[in-house]
Amino acid sequence: MLRLLARGSGHHGLTEIAASLGLARGTAHGILRTLQRVEFVEQDQATGRYRLGAALLHLGTSYLDANELRSRSINWADTLAARSGQEVRIGMHHDGAVLVVHHVFRPDDSVQTLGIGAMLPLHATALGKVLLAYDPDLSAAARRRELTSLTRRTITRAQMLERVLTEVRAQGWAGEAEEYMPGEASIAAPIRIPGGLVVGAIGISGAADRLCDSAGRPRQTLVRQVVQAADSVTTSLVDEN
Amino acid sequence: MQRFVMAIDQGTTSTRCIVFDQNARLVAVAQREHRQYHPRPGWVEQDAVEIWRNVDRIVPQALRQAGIGAEQVVAMGITNQRETFVLWDRHTGVPVGRAIVWEDIRTEELVASLGKQPGIEEVRDRCGLPLATYFSAPSLRWMLDNTAGLRARAERGDVLFGTMDTWLIWNLTGGVNGGLHVTDVTNASRTMLMNLSTRQWDPMLLEFFGVPSVVLPEIRPSTEISGVTTRVVPGISITAALGDQHAALFGQTCFEKGSIKGTYGTGGFLLMNTGDELVRSKHGLLTTIGYQIGGEPAYALEGSIAVAGSLVQWFRDNLGLIHSAPEIETLARTVKDNGGCYIVPAFSGLFAPHWLAQARGLVVGLTSYINKGHLARAVLEATGWQTREVVDAMNADLGAPTPVLKVDGGMTADHLLMQFIADVLDIPVQRPLVAETVSLGAAYAAGLAAGYWPDLEGLRRNWHLAARWNPVMDAKYREAEYANWKRAVELTFAWARSSPST
Repeated sequence: MLRLLARGSGHHGLTEIAASLGLARGTAHGILRTLQRVEFVEQDQATGRYRLGAALLHLGTSYLDANELRSRSINWADTLAARSGQEVRIGMHHDGAVLVVHHVFRPDDSVQTLGIGAMLPLHATALGKVLLAYDPDLSAAARRRELTSLTRRTITRAQMLERVLTEVRAQGWAGEAEEYMPGEASIAAPIRIPGGLVVGAIGISGAADRLCDSAGRPRQTLVRQVVQAADSVTTSLVDEN
Repeated sequence: MQRFVMAIDQGTTSTRCIVFDQNARLVAVAQREHRQYHPRPGWVEQDAVEIWRNVDRIVPQALRQAGIGAEQVVAMGITNQRETFVLWDRHTGVPVGRAIVWEDIRTEELVASLGKQPGIEEVRDRCGLPLATYFSAPSLRWMLDNTAGLRARAERGDVLFGTMDTWLIWNLTGGVNGGLHVTDVTNASRTMLMNLSTRQWDPMLLEFFGVPSVVLPEIRPSTEISGVTTRVVPGISITAALGDQHAALFGQTCFEKGSIKGTYGTGGFLLMNTGDELVRSKHGLLTTIGYQIGGEPAYALEGSIAVAGSLVQWFRDNLGLIHSAPEIETLARTVKDNGGCYIVPAFSGLFAPHWLAQARGLVVGLTSYINKGHLARAVLEATGWQTREVVDAMNADLGAPTPVLKVDGGMTADHLLMQFIADVLDIPVQRPLVAETVSLGAAYAAGLAAGYWPDLEGLRRNWHLAARWNPVMDAKYREAEYANWKRAVELTFAWARSSPST
């Protein structure tokens, strides 16, 4: 279908597309709607005809600019910090680590340092686990490397990490307790661009006894707040595009 | 029963209704945009009826979104685009033409001729503002001169004048059926018709601009609006009104003398609280009322940067070097400094502290080494240096340096810019957790008036730090760069002088 649209006039109606490709109208329409949603195809408002979308041009280049992500998510990150009472970070993958692209202080007016631009380990943070869980190449690379031990609870066995990542994908969020720093924990959830690709993660971090229950599991209210914030950012990325 | 405060933010492009809880957390937001009319080059108008209808929709919408009833709203505060005004018939409520927006420059010639009249120095002294197209009085005079029969109707008392706060309060409190015709001191201070010392309409200013006093609303302190809605959602107390930049000052809890807030959107608006001291600027700033809670006002100095975010938009739309505004930071980070390149965005002259309408923008320091990354840096740095010029002027007028700059607005998402501002000011830059400082300021004032929050200290406790940028730039480097910027600005003066009459 994309090849057809790339040919000749580049503008085709639904009937024309279905006929050219030997597809039922309904099938063709379904495929077009999917392609439209990820912006590989655009529909002309006036004529109703379809053409190739702008997103195809950027295929293979960076998915989403880090500064753009900060700008789009800033209100949701603030809301998450206000509701959870914890500090908030947004991370993207860069060079085998989590690059912190946005940071909101814990709203208790204590002295804190802005951590934008810092690099965090992928395997030992909730942000990192989210990025690993949804990127097969990245997690394969992580498995091949030695997993550095940062605390006595850091996951250092590839098999164990794989099991955790499967769990992350199943539940839609990641947690970590004292795997990066003693006494600290974090919770994170994926940020997706239209089409579902995970481009980043948003999460909270703070004292382990605040973030986790007595059994050491992340508190469900906080998990819900983090997932909600991630979904809101994801939605805002759809809206604006 | 949980109780809330509501703010209506009547802005230049849209009107929003926001509900806050006692911890100043945002509970609901409803918003509607309104049309901008450009009937002739330089004219900018809005339909006041459309804006009123938008309020009629968004207030119930916000209540529904919050899942609360009108009886749970303790107070309503109004904040608004400043200087924009409308005239309407007091018997029918129908506007006389459209609202004239602050951006409208139809009065350029009128302002030039008024500027030559005797008494112009006295005008500036009394109202604190330089004569310019965007304050209300010249446009009001223009309406009276150019609308058939209007002056006679106005003098008979059949016509009412109002900035957008006044228009909304009049309508909300009943309109033709006993609507309150009031404004607050901050909005009145932007008309050029109010005396800063008495905070009342000044007979000399009314005379100068040829405005009959009978059209004007009563001026009240920001927290003494004392109206009750009878329309839209009846029974809500309207307790406060503030111009948008004044509301941002209040929302940022800049209550101490010498504290400054900067709002960075398409333009940049810096306000400094000067406390009980009415400072007449010797350095090109405007004198205005920060807010008035009860008997005594807090005065303020204002310095506006005409082009801030709009320079980034220009870079995106007119040069096409980036796809979206935030990408300017990505591009700027491809280089380590400006490479000796400076951009002075005097697109329609320079505002504070230079006030040179004829100045035009320039890009200077081009060599074959300069690439688009350097230009992107120069774009962001232009906002930083303009901030430095305004803050320097504020410090000089007040005689004491401010310790910190509190920022809000869309451009605070630009990490590089915020760091640069901290670097060139050599003070920390702080961003609060609640980004909606304008609405929050109106809500604070309204809640304070209704006793929902006990005092300013109670409000200050709601302010939480979301980010802080500390200065790290080497002092020698900073001063050398500032000197370069100043030389670049001077070149725009030279260009203004050498160009044919504009």
